[in-house]
Amino acid sequence: MFRREHSIPLRGSAAALCNNLSVLQLPTGNLRHFGVVHGPSAQLLSAAPEDGSLVQRQLQAKEGAGVSPTLITQVHWCVLPFRVLLVLTSHRGIQMFESDGSIMVYWHALDTGDAPPVQAVFARGIAASGHFICVGTWSGRVLVFDIPAKGPNIMLSEELAGHQTSITDIATEPVQGGDCMADVVTADDSGLLCVWRSGPEFTLVTRIPGFGVPCPSVKLWQGIVAAGYGNGQVRLYEAMKGTLHVQISAHARTICALDLAPEVGKLLSAAEDTFVHIWKLSRSPESGSIEVEHCHGECVSNTQLCGARFCDPSGSSFAVTGYDLAEILRFSSV
Amino acid sequence: MSVRTLPLLFLNLGGEMLYILDQRLRAQNIPGDKARKDEWTEVDRKRVLNDIVSTMFNRKFMEELFKPQELYSKKALRTVYDRLAHASIMRLNQASMDKLYDLMTMAFKYQVLLCPRPKDVLLVTFNHLDAIKGLIQDSPTILHQVDETFRQLMEVYCGLSAGEFQLIRQTLLIFFQDLHIRVSIFLKDKVQNSNGRFVLPVSGPVPWGTEVPGLIRMFNHKGEEVKKIKFKHGGNYVTATKEGSFELYGDRVLKLGTNMYSLNRPVDTQTSGASKNSTSRAQQENIAPNPLAKEELNFLARLMGGMEIKNPSGPEPGFRLNLFTTDEEEEQAALTKPEELDNKVINIQAMQDQQRSEELARILGELEVTDQPRWSTSKGDDLLAMMDEL
Repeated sequence: MFRREHSIPLRGSAAALCNNLSVLQLPTGNLRHFGVVHGPSAQLLSAAPEDGSLVQRQLQAKEGAGVSPTLITQVHWCVLPFRVLLVLTSHRGIQMFESDGSIMVYWHALDTGDAPPVQAVFARGIAASGHFICVGTWSGRVLVFDIPAKGPNIMLSEELAGHQTSITDIATEPVQGGDCMADVVTADDSGLLCVWRSGPEFTLVTRIPGFGVPCPSVKLWQGIVAAGYGNGQVRLYEAMKGTLHVQISAHARTICALDLAPEVGKLLSAAEDTFVHIWKLSRSPESGSIEVEHCHGECVSNTQLCGARFCDPSGSSFAVTGYDLAEILRFSSV
Repeated sequence: MSVRTLPLLFLNLGGEMLYILDQRLRAQNIPGDKARKDEWTEVDRKRVLNDIVSTMFNRKFMEELFKPQELYSKKALRTVYDRLAHASIMRLNQASMDKLYDLMTMAFKYQVLLCPRPKDVLLVTFNHLDAIKGLIQDSPTILHQVDETFRQLMEVYCGLSAGEFQLIRQTLLIFFQDLHIRVSIFLKDKVQNSNGRFVLPVSGPVPWGTEVPGLIRMFNHKGEEVKKIKFKHGGNYVTATKEGSFELYGDRVLKLGTNMYSLNRPVDTQTSGASKNSTSRAQQENIAPNPLAKEELNFLARLMGGMEIKNPSGPEPGFRLNLFTTDEEEEQAALTKPEELDNKVINIQAMQDQQRSEELARILGELEVTDQPRWSTSKGDDLLAMMDEL
C-alpha cells in the first residue's frame, strides 16, 4: 500500500514528453534531486524529504537560429564511477553540466546535414555505462561519449548504428560488473530494441524487433530487458538472446516511463492512462525463466503522466510528473 | 518538434471556429421577411460560412500551410484567425474574438488530450472536415476545395508511423500547455473540472490496437505460453469494436471533433481568478521583447498572401456578431480582461533587412485591398491595421 506524500511544487508545468522525470539519489544524506522538462527550460530541484526545503535551478536549452525557442527533450543525471553529470538533450544538441547544473562542461551540436526538411532533428535518450555516456538522436544513431574522471575533456568515442528511426530511450545495467555480456539497451520509435556490450568499442549482442508501435521507455536488470510500448504493453525479454518471456497488457494508453529499483527487482510503469503499476521481477529457480508479479496499482486522477521514478533503491517510494501539472507527486509505502 | 503539425492545428481550430460561429449565427437568426436591415438571416449565415470556408481552403493558402515548418507563437496564429473571422461581412469586437479563440483552443486541446491513439488526431481532423462539408453543401466549388485538402491530408499523414504521430501529439500538447480556461459546456458535461483541468476517464473502449489491461502472459525459452495470470488494473475498459475510417468518406467511429454545440447549448466561457493568474503568469514570461517578431511577420505575410479577403463595400454597416448573450456582457468582458501584455505593437525594422522587407511588401501588395472604412482599432489590431494600410 502506498500513500501520498507532500508534493514538490514546480515553477513550470511538465511537458508532454516521455521519461520526463529524473531523480538523483545521493548515497549520503537523504537529499534527493529532481529534474523535470517544462519546454524550453528544465527545472532542477533539491528536496530534503523531512522539512521539504527546496533549492531550485532553471536550465535553458542552448539557443539556435530557428524561429521558436529550442525545446528540451530530456534531462537526466548520469552516475559515473568518479563523478555525476547532468545531461540535457534538445532540438539543437547535447549539453552536459556538473550535477547541480551550475557549470556546463560540454556542448555537442547535432549534425543536421543530411536531415530532410520534414524531419524533426533532436537528441533523446540518455544513459551512463561505466565511464561512457550514451545519447540517442533523431536519426537512430547513438552517440557514445568517453567521460574523464574530472574536467571537461569529454570526447565522442563512437557512433552506434543499429537503428533507422529516432531513439526514444537507453538503459544500462545498474550494477556494472566486469564480465557483463549485455549491459546496454537502446530503443526507438519503431519499437526496435538493440542490446549491446559496452567497451572501448561497443558490440551489438542482439536485436529485438518491434511490432508497429514505439517503445518510449526501456530498462535493463540482471539480464532482463523490460520494455514499455505505445499500445500499453510491458514486455520482458532475455537480454542475451532477445527471447520474449513475459507480455503484460499493463496499460490502456502509451507507456511514458519505466523505472527499476535494483535492490529488489521492482519495476515501475507509468502511462498516459493515469495509472502507475509496480511489478516484481524474478527468475524461476528451476528453468531460469523470467517471471513477474503485480504488486500495486495507483490511479493519479485526471493526470496524463509523463515521468515516473523510484526515489530509493529498495522501491519503497516513487514520484511522478504529469502533463500540465506544476508539481511532482510523491508516494511512499506504508 | 514535429514540422508537420501546423495543418492539423489550423484545420481543427478552424473547424471549431466554424461550429461556434454557426451556432451563434443560428441563435441570432431572424426569419428573412421579419428581419431588419441589421439583423442576421439564414441567407446571411450561409453567406458568412461560405466566405470563411472558401478563404480557409484557398489553394494558395493551403500550399503555404502544408509546407514543413515549426509551429509559430500563439500570437501569430491568433492573428491568422482574426483575419479569417473577418473574411466576410461579419464583424467581431475584440472581446468576442477573444472568447471565440478561447473556446476554439480549449476544445481542440480537449480533443488532442483525449485521443485514444496519437494517430486518432487525424480522425478528429476528418470529423471537422466532414462537418465543414455539411455546412457548405450548397456550394460545389467550395466543396471541391475542401475535398482537395482532404486528399492532401491523406497523402501527407496516412503514411506516417505511430512514432511520428506521437511526436505530432507532443508538439500540439506543448502548444496548449498551461491553458486552463473553463468552458461552460465542458463544465456542464463534466468533461472539465472547476479548476480548468480535463477529466480523463478510465473506462470505455481501449484504443484500436491496445488490449484491455489486466493480463500477464508468460512464455518459456521455446516461445510457448506457459502461464496466464490476471491482475487488477483499476480501470473499467472494454475492447474497441472497430477502427475509424481514414478514407475520404467513412465512419470515423471517434466522436471527438464532431459538433458539440447546438441551439440549446450556448457557448460560454468563464474566467476564474485561478485561470486568470495562470494566463497572466504565462504572459509575464513573454514580457521580454520578442526577437522572433520579424520572422513571424514574414510567416503571416506568406500565409495570408494566399488569403483572398473579401472586404465589405461601403453601404453595409458590417454585421456585428456578439459571442456573449448581451451587448452589455460583451462590454463588461472587454473591461475586465487582464491587460494583454503581449499586445504591444511589433516594431517592423524594415530597413534592416532590405531584401526581406521588399519580399514582404510584394506579398502584402497581393492582398486584395479595396476601399474600406477604417474600423476603430484596439491595441491588438495595430498589426492588422498596418497591413491593411499598405
